[in-house]
Amino acid sequence: MMKKLISLVFTALLTFPALAQEAPDVLVKRVTEEVLEIVRKDRDIQGGSTQKAVELVDQKVLPHFDFRHMAALAVGKDWKKASPGQQQQLTAEFKTLLVRTYSNALTSYKNQKIVYKPFKMDPGDSEVLVRTEVIQPGSKPVQIDYNLKKADAGWKVFDVVVAGISLVTNYRDQFAQEVRSGGIDGLIAAIAAKNKSLPGGSAKADGK
Amino acid sequence: MTGTLMASKKLAGIGCLVAGTIMLAGPAWAEETVHDPHEGFNRTMFAVNEGLDTVLVKPVAQAYDFAVPLPAKASVGNLFGNIADIRNVLNNALQGKAADAGNDLGRLLINSTVGIFGLFDVASELGLDKHDEDFGQTLAVWGWAESDFLFLPILGPRTVRDTGGWVVDAYTDPTWYTLNKSVAARNTLVALRFVDVRASLLPSDKVVDEAALDKYAYVRDAYLQRRRNLIFDGSPPRLEDVLD
Repeated sequence: MMKKLISLVFTALLTFPALAQEAPDVLVKRVTEEVLEIVRKDRDIQGGSTQKAVELVDQKVLPHFDFRHMAALAVGKDWKKASPGQQQQLTAEFKTLLVRTYSNALTSYKNQKIVYKPFKMDPGDSEVLVRTEVIQPGSKPVQIDYNLKKADAGWKVFDVVVAGISLVTNYRDQFAQEVRSGGIDGLIAAIAAKNKSLPGGSAKADGK
Repeated sequence: MTGTLMASKKLAGIGCLVAGTIMLAGPAWAEETVHDPHEGFNRTMFAVNEGLDTVLVKPVAQAYDFAVPLPAKASVGNLFGNIADIRNVLNNALQGKAADAGNDLGRLLINSTVGIFGLFDVASELGLDKHDEDFGQTLAVWGWAESDFLFLPILGPRTVRDTGGWVVDAYTDPTWYTLNKSVAARNTLVALRFVDVRASLLPSDKVVDEAALDKYAYVRDAYLQRRRNLIFDGSPPRLEDVLD
């Protein structure tokens, strides 16, 4: 018993630093598999519960995302015109929009397989691309790529590219359009209004 | 970036000529503004198409999706996928991608025989990957990098270049011409393919509706990004980062 405990503690000690510097491809694979494992078992998510899907994403996926970076990338040139406070608001609203809309994708998961493409990086790289593919019977495989950047706390995703379409930069023109007509505050208001219009957007306290 | 590196390695292996063309076209890609001088016209056509889709196309696609069992749908998809491999072989060859052209020719032969007229995608299971190419992409590789965006009812999002490419592709597509002795058969096949494609897009409808601030701009930019990705065979150079 004691022996087991000691070896357990040792394993934990040994793996912990390894986890902190988990390689980006390993990170993507681990998180994807963890999430899909839960989705496969969760009837609520399979049945279309957005709320449950959002909770799962919140808990497992979001810690590995850098939403500030994502917001900056989506806003583009205008980002530097925004005050620190506005940047914070933009980050928060954009995060809500992305999480709400794309968590839903989990509810349509049906036995698709994920293939992890061969990954190469140099030790000095601070930005990498991890490539995966979703295989489903009767349809073309869909390419899903993750852009990650190295941070003190480990690698963080700052863009997800589905079939060549960046979920982040695809907003650039729409955002620029809002900034042209209503300034940075107009953009913040537009995303906030969109978030409110989404199912479950106004309140989650209504107990369903 | 890894992606760019992989892309340039791949291209270098295939032919410096192609790589050179893309490098020359490089700076234009980095621009942030979208090429959409016909936005007014496009938005009108987009609205017309949305109307058509709501009352006609989408309900038909939904009925098809609901009524046809998955194996049959997969076979329909495979059949048209096999026909598309003719286009893939030709355009890979036109772009100087000899290895991909050979691979796709192998796919075509295997699927047309062992795969029973393309109803089964045996080649993919044997590990012969598909390389989606069309004449619009060939024109882009030849140097027509940027093209005005065009939205047409039924045809959907395109560019001027890709509309022209689509017309050329139709000439290499047996669905359109070898069956033209029977107009009814041709029309049935063309309609079936259209419904099949629309049905395959059903799951993304909700995402687009919820994610877009401006649906027209969202669809347009997604289409342009997708085309850019296809032109660079899945590894386009990243647009520059603006943070810090």
